[in-house]
Amino acid sequence: MIVAGIDVGSLTAKCVLLKDGEIVAYKVIKVSPNLEETAEKVFGEVLREAGIDKVDKIVATGYGRNKVSFADRTVTEISCHAKGALFFIPTARTVIDIGGQDSKVISIENGKVAEFVMNDKCAAGTGRFLEVMASALHLKIEELGDIAERAERATKISSTCTVFAESEVISHLASGERVEDIVAGIHEAIASRIAAMARRVKVEPDVVLTGGVAKNKAMKRALERELGMEIKIPAEPQIVGAVGAALFAMS
Amino acid sequence: MTLKKLKATDRMKQIMGGYYMMGEQAEVNGWITSGAPVELLYAMDIYPVYPENHGALIGAAKQGPHFSDFAEKMGFSRDLCSYARCDIGCVFAGTSPVGGLPEPTFLFACNNICNTVIKWYQVLSRIFKVPLFILDTPFIRKDLKESYIRYVHDQLYEFVDFLEKTTGRELSDLKLKETLIKSVQGVNGYSEVLKMAKNKPSPLTCFDAFLNMAPIVCLRGTDYPIEFYAEMKKELVERVERGEGAVENEEVRLLWDNIPVWYRLRWLAEFFADRNACLVADTYTNAWTGFISMDKSDVFWSMAETYTFSYLNIGIEHTAEAINRLIDYYDVDGVVIHSNRSCKPYSFGQYELQKMIDVPSVVIEADMVDSRVFSEAQVETRLEAFLEMLK
Repeated sequence: MIVAGIDVGSLTAKCVLLKDGEIVAYKVIKVSPNLEETAEKVFGEVLREAGIDKVDKIVATGYGRNKVSFADRTVTEISCHAKGALFFIPTARTVIDIGGQDSKVISIENGKVAEFVMNDKCAAGTGRFLEVMASALHLKIEELGDIAERAERATKISSTCTVFAESEVISHLASGERVEDIVAGIHEAIASRIAAMARRVKVEPDVVLTGGVAKNKAMKRALERELGMEIKIPAEPQIVGAVGAALFAMS
Repeated sequence: MTLKKLKATDRMKQIMGGYYMMGEQAEVNGWITSGAPVELLYAMDIYPVYPENHGALIGAAKQGPHFSDFAEKMGFSRDLCSYARCDIGCVFAGTSPVGGLPEPTFLFACNNICNTVIKWYQVLSRIFKVPLFILDTPFIRKDLKESYIRYVHDQLYEFVDFLEKTTGRELSDLKLKETLIKSVQGVNGYSEVLKMAKNKPSPLTCFDAFLNMAPIVCLRGTDYPIEFYAEMKKELVERVERGEGAVENEEVRLLWDNIPVWYRLRWLAEFFADRNACLVADTYTNAWTGFISMDKSDVFWSMAETYTFSYLNIGIEHTAEAINRLIDYYDVDGVVIHSNRSCKPYSFGQYELQKMIDVPSVVIEADMVDSRVFSEAQVETRLEAFLEMLK
């Protein structure tokens, strides 16, 4: 049985093909304003890579899930991230996902979602916060983690609001703070915001971090410090939701 | 998916149409807050105007941002309650979906629902240059002390003086007792309607309760609610006898917390109905059910007691207890908590409440009237994930 999981997020779209429960191909692309086209594109690319032309079942997830008209059904990213995290790390009890415009903490019991919390309306504590800060500092988002690792001490960013934090970062730059320290401060600000949210559910090991931001080592360490717990990262953190969707397609 | 309609809703619209028309003809009227002892007004043939009901109506008409804008242009902050903003906005706009409210003879604010009403009514008092009476009800953190009741009791007498002076009319004890009896009958009738949701499947949703709550709020103490809710109950009993639920294939039973999202009532009702979930009850309409503990020997004492111990004027332990009672009574699987940008006293402590209640819950962020605060994709994901978790 060949199934596909498609996760259309606010920044990237991911597609995973599973054959008899094993990953055979996956792709991550940037989303264009037309979500339907984006979904078709990422699905097409994965099919080409796997060298097949059709699948038995498709499940869509993510913020754009309802725009994937060729999917057999939709499941929310909360359920998919839990299922996907368990696929990579079967001992997972808590999943933290930092997405483009949503971050969430999911607590798992007996292989099922027992509880979840998500960020409020505000973009603080999401991938968007990192993007805005990277652009204020004229840096690429992929560089942020490595730069933060070279900090001597993290600059305190006290504004929670993304817009205010951006002007705070600019004024820190103007007053001569080191870029490395500011970047470290940005990571701590996000980590403290997410840890505050995480404490509303039971945070129990193993804690798994998913989403594109999980590739950022400084983010992982900042969160570990805030939570006082080790965090595990799946082999491909960005496709966890899509893997979860594909697993739902199998059942 | 078409939603099932109750015939009662048409009758309610007639009654409320009549209520608003009465306002245009009334010689004397008082603008009054939703949790205030309206019985004193009806007993003196004073027409009560409900700016909050008017606010809900503006929300349901999806005109919140439009009327709010008039107030915002005058400097009122967007952080202010959207009922207050819209009502004040309508005064400046000189109109509303019902053509504006009649100008008040006097204003009557009771802070047992929130403290915004004090400033809000002071603003109205300055605009209309009419007298304002504030009934101050102490917040009950733990126990309802006798000193609290005495304090409110004494103010009720002052209020009667205020009414007699302002209107030149006299309060008749007999008329007040009659009004209070009607109020109790209306409240009991309403309570019986809500309790019909105990049936499985439930013959009504909280959306039906929201739509049909106006008579108990605005006409409490008159014959209208008594007749209306008896009729509504009959319709619900018929549904139960036919084994018919408000939602086809009711699988999940939920409880709603906070004021409705008026401009999304239909969207939410369809969202849940499509997913075989029935919101069988809510904390908002239930706040009008425990209303009066009638001790006929001292009706002022009874009123003081009832109106001080109101749902939004009690500590979080009491609130959690009330919610758990509803969960138990209606056999509810989960709670949908509306974190309402407008209503701070209602939304304060909701994360704490989540830990104190007996079933899982989810928080959605919105506002009762200001649709600019509503994000469909965010709300949809949270609610869908919650239902996936419960099923």
